Amino acid sequence: MNAESTSMLASFLVLFAWDSNLWEIIGLSIRVSTAAVGLSLLIGFPLGALLAVKNFRGRQFIIILVNTLMSMPPVVVGLFIYLLLSRTGPLGVFNLLYTPTAMIIAQTVLVTPIIIALSNQHLRLEWQRIGEQLRSLQVHHRGALLTLLWETRAALATVVLAGFGRAIAEIGAVMIVGGNIDHLTRVMTTAVALETSKGNLELAIALGIVLLCLSLLVNAMVHMASIWWQKEVQE
Amino acid sequence: MSQSLLSLKDVSYQINGKPLLKNLSIDIEKDAFTLVLGPNGAGKSLFLRLCHSLVLPTSGQLLWHTNNNLPPRQTMVFQSPVMLRRTALSNITYALQYQPGQPRLEQAMAALAWANLDHLANRSATLLSRGEQQQLALARAWAYRPEVLFLDEPTASLDPNACSRVERLIALIRQQGTQVIMSTHNLAQAQRLGGSVIYIEEGAMVAHQSCDTFFSAPSSSLAAAFINREAMHKEVSH
Repeated sequence: MNAESTSMLASFLVLFAWDSNLWEIIGLSIRVSTAAVGLSLLIGFPLGALLAVKNFRGRQFIIILVNTLMSMPPVVVGLFIYLLLSRTGPLGVFNLLYTPTAMIIAQTVLVTPIIIALSNQHLRLEWQRIGEQLRSLQVHHRGALLTLLWETRAALATVVLAGFGRAIAEIGAVMIVGGNIDHLTRVMTTAVALETSKGNLELAIALGIVLLCLSLLVNAMVHMASIWWQKEVQE
Repeated sequence: MSQSLLSLKDVSYQINGKPLLKNLSIDIEKDAFTLVLGPNGAGKSLFLRLCHSLVLPTSGQLLWHTNNNLPPRQTMVFQSPVMLRRTALSNITYALQYQPGQPRLEQAMAALAWANLDHLANRSATLLSRGEQQQLALARAWAYRPEVLFLDEPTASLDPNACSRVERLIALIRQQGTQVIMSTHNLAQAQRLGGSVIYIEEGAMVAHQSCDTFFSAPSSSLAAAFINREAMHKEVSH
């Protein structure tokens, strides 16, 4: 049996041995990414809806800006948040650097443009379909926005999952602002990088398998949500 | 002379410098059924949207002759019925959410029964046939209790049976005192429904007459040509 096969076998043993260190890392990854996606939804959905519904000066500029931010390199976001949260930075007083909160902030900054841009595309199309009818029934602005979000629910589910996929797989930003501190800010992606560099391939592969499974799960859910959405649109 | 409900004073609408409605000055009579006629692309739908304030005129003025000059309670049924992704019943309760009075569910059920759609109450509105969806859109509009109802070619692309069901509902709405302003390019339908005709071509008002006079002695050569064209087209298709 060669070294790679041995490592692979050992990684399964690590997984099935219910290693507390491993599950702590997985748990933190999911908690950080879920919190970041939750915050991104709170910011992104209303903004996406507003951009879909309202015609105002600078709207096109904001759409271009958001689309640009979608492709922002995570390390740049990490650096930007690092500068904000470092002791000499404007938010240094809160002592957030190298905490899960800092990682949540970084992932929120990364994911929010994705949520805004993708939701805006779906919401704009739906608004073209129902907007005049809602206005004709004198539905007030808040009611119209809530209706729009509800009517687009299946498509927005794919947006949520796409955001979660981006957050859970991200490494650059969380490494910079989290610092990959054991038992505090170590998440799956940073742990894989560290353990690989240390030559501890068993744990790295075990984490890689979990990450792949999560990605598979998220992609399967995106696929199912897309089918649901297509079905709803055809109906 | 009959009283006006709505006056358009020199109203124009243009997009990127292209005029789509040109200097319309029209008085829409109170309590009269108004038909907006014209060929495809004449600006009929835009005219209704403008009267319903879904679009604002580029120039000119709309004046409602109500007690306070404010627009009366009004709604619109579109050529393609717009259904929310929920049940037929919920589509109506949704429209009633800000309406005082009877419980919404009772009102919505009454509206469905009025349109003979009560057996479809719990069906997904988006799964109904086009004709049923248009009936549901009319039931929703009826439940909303508008003083003025705009209908944008509500029978376009409906089969004759569905068309006659929709026309029957429109007649019921008129009987109950709602003022209906409806666009169509179907002359046979216009003759069946009667009322007052506003004829629009290329964004300009060409004629404004009673329906009978419009068909017997159109006040404009363009309107006469349109009537002849449609009559010939009907003969050829028969």
